[in-house]
Amino acid sequence: MARLVIDPVTRAGGHLRIEADVSSGAVAEAWASATMFRDLETVLRGRDARDAWLLAERICGTCTSVHALASVRAVENALGIDIPTNARLIRNVLAATQLVRDHVLGFYLTQGPDWVDAKSALKADPAATSRLAGEASAWPRSGSEYLKGVRDRLAAVIESDQPGMFANGPWGHPAYHLTPEQNLLLLAHLLEALDWQRSFMRIHALLGGKDPHPQTYLVGGMALAPPWGGPNPSVTREHPQVPEHEAPVALSEAGIEMIDGLLTEALAFVEQVFVPDVRLLATAYPEWAALGTGAGDYLAWGDYPQKDGKDPVLFLPRGRVTDGNFNRGLEADPDRVAETVTHAWYTYSGGDEALLRPAEGETVPAWSGLPLPLDTLEGAAKYTWIKAARYDGKPMETGPLARVLVGAANGQSEIRLGLDKLLRETGLGVETLPGVLGRMLARALEAQVLVRQADAWLWELKTNLATGDVAVTDTSFWDPASWPSEAEGRSIGEGPRGAVGHWVRIRDGMIDGYQVVDGSTWNTSPRDAMGGRGPIEAALVGTPVADPTRPLEIQRVVHSFAPCAGCAAHLFDPRAAGPLEIRVRAGERTR
Amino acid sequence: MREDGLYAALVRRGMSRRSFLQFSTAMAAALALPATYSPRIAAAVTNAPRLPVIWIRAQGCGGNTEALTRASDPTIASLMLETLSIEYHDAFLSATGASADQVRTNAMARYPNGYFAVVEGAIPTGAGGAYCLVGGRPVADVVREVCDGALATLAVGSCAFDGGAAAASGGQTGAGGVRSLVGNGKLMTLPGCPLNGENLVATLVHYITFNELPPADPMGRPLFAYGDLVHNKCERRPFFEFGEFALAWGDEGAQKGWCLYKLGCKGPETMANCPTVRYGEGVSWNVRAGHGCVGCTMPDFWDAMGTAYDRLPPVIPFLPNVTVDQIGVAMVAGIGVVAGAHAVGMGVRFKRRAVLEGRAAAAGAAAAGSAAAGSAAGPAAEPAAPAAEAGEGAAGEGADDFIAAAAAAEAAREAGDDDQLTAGIDPEVR
Repeated sequence: MARLVIDPVTRAGGHLRIEADVSSGAVAEAWASATMFRDLETVLRGRDARDAWLLAERICGTCTSVHALASVRAVENALGIDIPTNARLIRNVLAATQLVRDHVLGFYLTQGPDWVDAKSALKADPAATSRLAGEASAWPRSGSEYLKGVRDRLAAVIESDQPGMFANGPWGHPAYHLTPEQNLLLLAHLLEALDWQRSFMRIHALLGGKDPHPQTYLVGGMALAPPWGGPNPSVTREHPQVPEHEAPVALSEAGIEMIDGLLTEALAFVEQVFVPDVRLLATAYPEWAALGTGAGDYLAWGDYPQKDGKDPVLFLPRGRVTDGNFNRGLEADPDRVAETVTHAWYTYSGGDEALLRPAEGETVPAWSGLPLPLDTLEGAAKYTWIKAARYDGKPMETGPLARVLVGAANGQSEIRLGLDKLLRETGLGVETLPGVLGRMLARALEAQVLVRQADAWLWELKTNLATGDVAVTDTSFWDPASWPSEAEGRSIGEGPRGAVGHWVRIRDGMIDGYQVVDGSTWNTSPRDAMGGRGPIEAALVGTPVADPTRPLEIQRVVHSFAPCAGCAAHLFDPRAAGPLEIRVRAGERTR
Repeated sequence: MREDGLYAALVRRGMSRRSFLQFSTAMAAALALPATYSPRIAAAVTNAPRLPVIWIRAQGCGGNTEALTRASDPTIASLMLETLSIEYHDAFLSATGASADQVRTNAMARYPNGYFAVVEGAIPTGAGGAYCLVGGRPVADVVREVCDGALATLAVGSCAFDGGAAAASGGQTGAGGVRSLVGNGKLMTLPGCPLNGENLVATLVHYITFNELPPADPMGRPLFAYGDLVHNKCERRPFFEFGEFALAWGDEGAQKGWCLYKLGCKGPETMANCPTVRYGEGVSWNVRAGHGCVGCTMPDFWDAMGTAYDRLPPVIPFLPNVTVDQIGVAMVAGIGVVAGAHAVGMGVRFKRRAVLEGRAAAAGAAAAGSAAAGSAAGPAAEPAAPAAEAGEGAAGEGADDFIAAAAAAEAAREAGDDDQLTAGIDPEVR
């Protein structure tokens, strides 16, 4: 039995290490270790609850905006604030566009190199590649001249002495089996995806004012305001000149038109480039449908409220699918979530093997003092900065596949129709969805469905604004003096990589306790007290490893979860040992 | 023209001579250089080999990598394939594990003192470095090694600048910036949460063109990007001067695009070029979109800038004798050095006398500046008057003082008189 160590796992969020015991050409056991801890939840304590989202947003810069939204919702939930319709729509558009961007770029940039042999692409015949592109879709950038240009552009880097991102890659590995033409086409689309996402994310610059880390959320709504529609007061004095603006105001007609245009381009890119490419991979690597199946049980908090108020209908439903029964959608109750730290670098006052609910959890970091630099985690009881999140004591896979399975089981029509079509086109059955290919197909499907739905939300917003409903924020609870002295709340929703939960306790206007259980907390979780593996660990068992010096297959399984070890290791317990020190910070209220 | 140079690569990519010159002009503008520099940029970039970059992600959120992917010209694809040679970046590299580590050590050996080290994220010192391990090693060790062999280090984002969020009050991981790990002293900092990708690209192009880093302030922030207050270039500034403020979210003032000062905007205390460079290819920036600046380019901003929605309190915690109107004076008059010194842990004691003298000196500089720079100081100094007229404390708490001080400092800057700018500061600090 040979111990294989992969550290750093590149193209993953945060810092991830994988160790695997390999025997007879396959993984016998695996361990997922997150090697970074940032402690942001402790930093949140004692801060103005209206500021919390700004700090929580910094949990992840890749899925930018996801934790800002989760945080602002948790505070609103604690204080009983209902946001205006327009704010809900803007938040949905921001979250959906983030998800679409993450799915598309993740496929090309982070998962792509696991499937696409860059050196083989240089042998491609541009004319044949062009024919291949023409058969796959109507995407216009498919001429042989263009593809020859891409090939030359790539060759100038890959064959130079500065191969950059392509350096030392596993090129020529026996597990690659795309033709040179297929490889070239996918690499051409990688370059296009990089250009496309930059343009697409202008939606976040426009609606968020900044990207990454948009900065227009507010407790109670959004800071955006539609342009003044009322009469202008008569100007009695000479007003200083206001500079000309070349760009549209976000909620003006021109602004919405711009977003609409970017969504239209995104739909074209997703339908004519991304989805056909996922189909191409699924067809070329059918054996990967059955590999990397994981925990087998799926959890989705669901997201994208379709109505205002408490417990609205969600566009992506909430629920669970377990035991391979894809037709039965079970309920998902956040109160049944609990965590153990038996194998994580934390300690619990009542014993590390206890399962504590987020609201009662404890987080006391306890580095076990392994010798550094770390050689191997072999024999180490504690091996990660991620707690083991469990539902009814069981590991759960969260993320696109979970959402699609839960959506289909709950009869979400867009998901059901889209899934049927995608399975028909790839010749796969619904039973083959748990696995590496299923996660990719789920992303393709979600991107398609959400880019369309984002446009529907945008039109609803446009109609509202045009008919005089211009409210974007509710300021009636803005002043903390109007808050109860103590309040507790939570938000459960979805980020691109999985189910996101934020738990908050507020005392005298300040954050008193904060906890995050992120999608990657579920997927990248370590073993629990019963020895049950986390979903990625479980998915790795049985993965073939043709060449232990180049464990490409392990990368495929890990990247199919799009793990973000950075997001995952952020647990903080509201009731951690020691009383809360009230710090007099620079921002104490001065009004 | 070098066949393996950047220009050749851009031509292969299909860039026309015309758009190449446009790029050079845009870069000159981004770097706040006169347009006459654009041919020089073009010439330099034409002949440059691809600049090697080793990018290390430490204890952070990855937001600065994302910011790089949003750069508009050159775009990320072009940065990867033509402009730069990103030798190592764990988010982009095809190789993994030990093969990835090998890519990094190979690059360091191949370009001794010839690559840029870019560091993103904080450096945690707690638990013997176990709060951030890369390849099983404390990230500090990796960063130190990479920075030692670099021709310069760029600390991107607020975490690499001074520890950022993880180092904010309450954080227990012992996080700090990379400064202490850059043994050769060649450090440029590009704070911001995250930084604006355009500023990173402009810094690199400046190096390619002039073979040196752009001029920087004492904290290592390039002046082209961090040399002016957000407030000075803000498109809502005219409303500030006329006493027109949004007073509640979504109110008439907010809809009219009035000044966000009274909703907590930190633009008057923040040095950054967000209003001119903006995000998303110039589409917007946060104040334009309707939310105040939070001061993310400033030292210790999570704590020092206070809450996002209140004005700075009269007392700044680490400078107990300085009030908010004085901090404006201090910043523009160059005493901001003190804040920087504080941030990097030099433990400088600041004396109230210094502030007052600095203020007096700035006022003196205004007079000198008017004389030297002629009309330059005139229009800038005037707005305080109408603001006072507008009544009801139009310019907010101490804002009129602030404007006068800003004008004075601007004048001093125009006059190019460095002595004036730092006059009155305790020599120990200077």
